[in-house]
This record gives sequence, structure tokens and C-alpha cells, in this order.
Amino acid sequence: MATFGSRQNLFNRVWDEHTVRILPSGQTQLFIGWHLIHEVTSPQAFQMLRDRGLTVMYPERTLASVDHIIPTLNQARPFADGLAEQMMTAIERNCREFGIKLLNLDDEHQGIVHVAGPELGITQPGITLACGDSHTSTHGAFGCIAFGIGTSQVADVFASQTMAIGRPKVRRVEVSGRLSHGVYAKDATLHVIRKLGVEGGVGYAYEYAGDVFDRMNMEERMTVCNMSIEGGARCGYINPDQTTVDYLRDRPFSPKGQAFDRAAQWWLSRASGPNADFDDRVAFDGGEIEPTVTWGINPAQSVGVNEQIPSAGSYPAHKQGELREALAFMDFRENQPIKGTKIDVAFIGSCTNSRISDLREAAKVAKGHHVAKNVRALVVPGSQQVLAQAEKEGLHEIFKSAGFEWRAAGCSMCLAMNPDKLVGREICASSSNRNFKGRQGSPTGRTLLMSPAMVAAAAINGVVSDVREML
Amino acid sequence: MQTIESITARAIPLPLDDIDTDRIIPARYLRCVTFEGLGEHAFEDDRQQNAEHPFNQPQFQGAGILLAGRNFGCGSSREHAPQSLMRWGVKAIVGESFAEIFFGNCTANGIPCVCADPEALRQLGAAVTAAPKTELTVNLVNKTVTCGTRSFPISMQEGARQSLVTGNWDFLGQLVEVASQTREVAQRLPYMNSFA
Repeated sequence: MATFGSRQNLFNRVWDEHTVRILPSGQTQLFIGWHLIHEVTSPQAFQMLRDRGLTVMYPERTLASVDHIIPTLNQARPFADGLAEQMMTAIERNCREFGIKLLNLDDEHQGIVHVAGPELGITQPGITLACGDSHTSTHGAFGCIAFGIGTSQVADVFASQTMAIGRPKVRRVEVSGRLSHGVYAKDATLHVIRKLGVEGGVGYAYEYAGDVFDRMNMEERMTVCNMSIEGGARCGYINPDQTTVDYLRDRPFSPKGQAFDRAAQWWLSRASGPNADFDDRVAFDGGEIEPTVTWGINPAQSVGVNEQIPSAGSYPAHKQGELREALAFMDFRENQPIKGTKIDVAFIGSCTNSRISDLREAAKVAKGHHVAKNVRALVVPGSQQVLAQAEKEGLHEIFKSAGFEWRAAGCSMCLAMNPDKLVGREICASSSNRNFKGRQGSPTGRTLLMSPAMVAAAAINGVVSDVREML
Repeated sequence: MQTIESITARAIPLPLDDIDTDRIIPARYLRCVTFEGLGEHAFEDDRQQNAEHPFNQPQFQGAGILLAGRNFGCGSSREHAPQSLMRWGVKAIVGESFAEIFFGNCTANGIPCVCADPEALRQLGAAVTAAPKTELTVNLVNKTVTCGTRSFPISMQEGARQSLVTGNWDFLGQLVEVASQTREVAQRLPYMNSFA
């Protein structure tokens, strides 16, 4: 067991414990404790196994869910979209053939893979986890080292339960103090990305530390770690503490009885101690963070809700072209306030912000109000468990009577691989993670990222609003 | 596996920063179970919105070296992105910097992503814009990109460079070689034994 005084941080401790060998290239062959898969990035990987006559080495450490292409209105099979149906059929057949458990639509645990995995207790401190999806960084909330990987690497993990990867450096991102009322985990992570940039994290794993993260519940921590990839980091994590242990108690995949106590002790012993070394450190004051909204075409192009969209001149020379491209695409002017921007669509969902606490915060704002005329608003729970819990609490009735559509679980309009899409130049207030050009299904559609409570506020007012005025 | 030491081809300049993989291949084209046919959709939406997009220009058709900007390939981990570029004809990418998952996906497909400084990229871009038939050579052994008589240094993460030049970029083959060692690591991890 690691000692409290150790200078080794959690990342390096977990990395060393999972190292199988150093490959001839100098990269590490790293053992992967859990492998999550979904229907979009796995079919070609299964085919790679077939082509080489290989099998899945640890099918019992592999779990599949269906999320990206799932229709949220009519889920009758075959799906109306023949291509989506083909992908469903492929993952069903592949999981049967290779002996992998699939959370299919008829499973009460089906959902977005980064929502379902933690709910099941699969994501635990001190483990390594991989998934063919960049938002795998979400699982770092538990002090798990979690990597998003491509399809070739999905095949690697299938066949060997390992992957080849260069060791990143570790940056401690400290946010001290306290977030103000009406400022959420999403605002904290958008603020960090705004300050460090979309490529600021390249070459690094992020350790998020400080009072702000210590006080967060596990769902808020998942929101923060989820967005690590948007800041360019290879992964992000938060040290396990009592909040982590309490969350994991009584989950289907959590150890039971005395084994749980042994697990809890081991989990807590993974955390970076107070004397841990880091390759880099940055610090922010949580009290300075405002509700944050993106105005551009990458997640670092954001401002506080009461700020103006920046002028090109305020950016360094090499960034000015990109800034002008963003302004032109969004059809915004320099120095225009973001508050008051008219929206057409409001989307509450995605692996960033579709958990029960997200829906509770959004429902608080929506309660007793109605979605503005000409705004199409939808709430898409991240999993069937979230959906069931929300219905138990009556949140769906609050949303429905406020004029939101209440949908079935999936990725939905975060990337619009299912029928939920923007149309034409629509502007969407979205609790998702990417405002890239065309991300939400219309090549010319526009996305403003914000917290779920801010999306609810925008839906009701029909314009980007400061949610603090409605709380 | 094939060793990849140098690539000589005509080049296509795309001097933009933070090009994400949604732009390289929009998500609607991920509704597929093979990577076939992705080449024709590379940069589809950007091309639709901008007739002047380099991928639309006849003089750059058949190019094999993509000249990119900073943080190329950020965002989604979709391997469909390098697959679509590869099927369009890209064999190597020279950029200021690359997002890491994209970089790894390219390496796994034998596409070197090498870094050059902004001034080198500016000069290379100007050269191929003025004379699109110009061939560039990306040499991973002596770590240069050359254009006629001009030569610029390039850098690449050493592990990836080694694996390409020695023909060891089939990671799957190497990783499955040591299954017993992998099982030993698994057995030492308490969570792999349910904390018994």
C-alpha cells in the first residue's frame, strides 16, 4: 500500500501498477481493467478480430451499451433509419459471438456508456478503463485512469486487454474557494478550458484538485472530467475520497460486505498525497467563475454570461483568423453581449450533463414557467436509470408542463446521429460538450454550450439568460 | 509490417488551427459498420460551405501530404477521421501540432503525423500553392520535410516514429504476444480478484 507521504501522484501510481512492459517503441503496454464499448466505434474492431482469428481476452471485463444512434422517440425495431438498424444488429451479433454483456434497449441499465458504467459501479478508483469514445475521460471522476481510444485500439484491448500508449505528464489543476450560487460544475470546466485553451492539455493528464472539486458530488465531478478532452488532455481525474466511496456502496458491480471495506481502503490509498509531485500546476479561484456560455466553434471560445463576445484584437495574432472564422460562422459581431442571444432549440442531455442532479437543477428553473414561443426544447436522460429516477421524482411532469419534450435515453442531439437534429441555421442552447461546426446535425447549425440550468433558463426566456436571476 | 521511412507526394495546404474530427468527417457518416467509402466525404460540410476549400480544388486532387495547422484532429476519437483522409489519399500529415487520440489513430493506420514550425509550414504552403505539382518528401529517418532544395526539420513523438520506421506499427500483433505477462499483472491487482 502506498504511504500517505509518498511523492507519487495517483496517475503515476496507477500507471505503474498497470504496466505490463515497455514496448520496443518506448511506449508502455498498459493493462486495462474495464473496457466499455458502443455501437459506433466497435463494429470495425470486431472485424479486425475476425480477420486475424482472435478472441476477446477478458469478455467479463468488457461491457457494451447502445447510445449514439438510439432514437429517443420511436424505438420500435427495425429502426426507421436502416443504417442505424444495421449498427444495432451488428453490435447484437458481435456481443453474442464474442460473449460480451450488452445493455440493449430492453435492459433497465441501458444508457450513454459514460452514464451507465458509473451507475453500475463499474468505474472505481485506481483502475484503468478504456472506451472507443473521447469522453471516456468522464470516468476519471472516481480516480480511475480512463482513456478514449480509436477503433484500432478497441481491437487491441479486445484481443490483449492492454493498449500501447506513451506516458503523459501530469498537471494539477486547482480550483480553490467556492462556486457562487447558480454556478455549476459545467461552468467550472468551461472556465478552465477557456483559460488553458483547447490544446492546453496536449501531452498531459489533468488532476483536478482543490475545495471546489472536493465539495462536488460524483455527478458534478463527472461533468468536469468529461470535458478534459475538450481541453486537449489525454484524461482527467479527481482523487477518490469519502464522497467516492459513498457513491460506490451497493452498486451492482461494487464489492459487497467485508470486500467493500477492503476495497474502500485500497481506493482511498490511491489518492495523491499532499506531497505529491506534478509536472505542472495551475490554479484558479472558484469564486471568480461566472455562468459560462460558448459563443464560437470550439469549447474554449466562451465568456461569462454578462461579458461580451471578444474582439479579434484581444486575441494573439495567430488566433485571430480562427476567431474571425468563428464569428462569421456564428453570425455574431465582436463586442456583442452573449446575454439576450435568441435561441431556437434547447437541449438538456449528453454524457456531460444528463444525470439526475442535472435534471433536478434544470427542473428547478423550469418549474412554473413555460418554454418560449418558437423554441423547441428537449430533455434526454442519460440512461434508463436516470429516466426512471426522474419520473419517480416527478421531474418529467415539471418538464412536460413547462413545454419540454421528455425523451428516451441516449446521446441524441449532442452529435445528432439519431433523428434529433438542428435544422438549417438554428441556434441551440445545449448542455452537451462540443460546439463544433455542424456538430448537432445541421452543417450550418449553431451551438451554445452551457450548464443544464442555463439551458432551462434560455428555453424559458427564448434568449441566453443569467440563470441566477431565476433562482 | 511495412516500414514507413519516407513519403514523397504532392501536398495540399489546409492552414487552419483546431480542425476537429467532426469537420474531417461529419457524424452522419459514422452510421456504418466498415470504413469503406469514407474518402469521398472527407471535409464534406466545409467543402459544401466553401467552394474555395482546398479539398475542392482540382490542382490538389491526388495530393498525398496534408499541410495542417495547430491541434489538428481535436475532439472525437472517431478513427473514421484518419480513415476518411487515408481513403481520400492522405499518406502523411505535416502540422504544427496534433490532438493525441487522432495522432494515435493515424499511427495505427501507418499515417505519420509530424510537426514542423509555423514558418516552415507557411513556406511549404506558399510553395505548393504557387506550384501544386511540387512534390514534398517527409523523411522520418533524417527527420526532415523537403521541398525542392529547401529542407525543414520535423519532429515526431519518438515511440510512434520508431514504430513506423521499423515496421512495428501493428500494435495488436505485439500486444497479444505477452498474454501470460498480462495475466500476471491482472492477478496482482486487487480489483481483478474482487478484493477477495
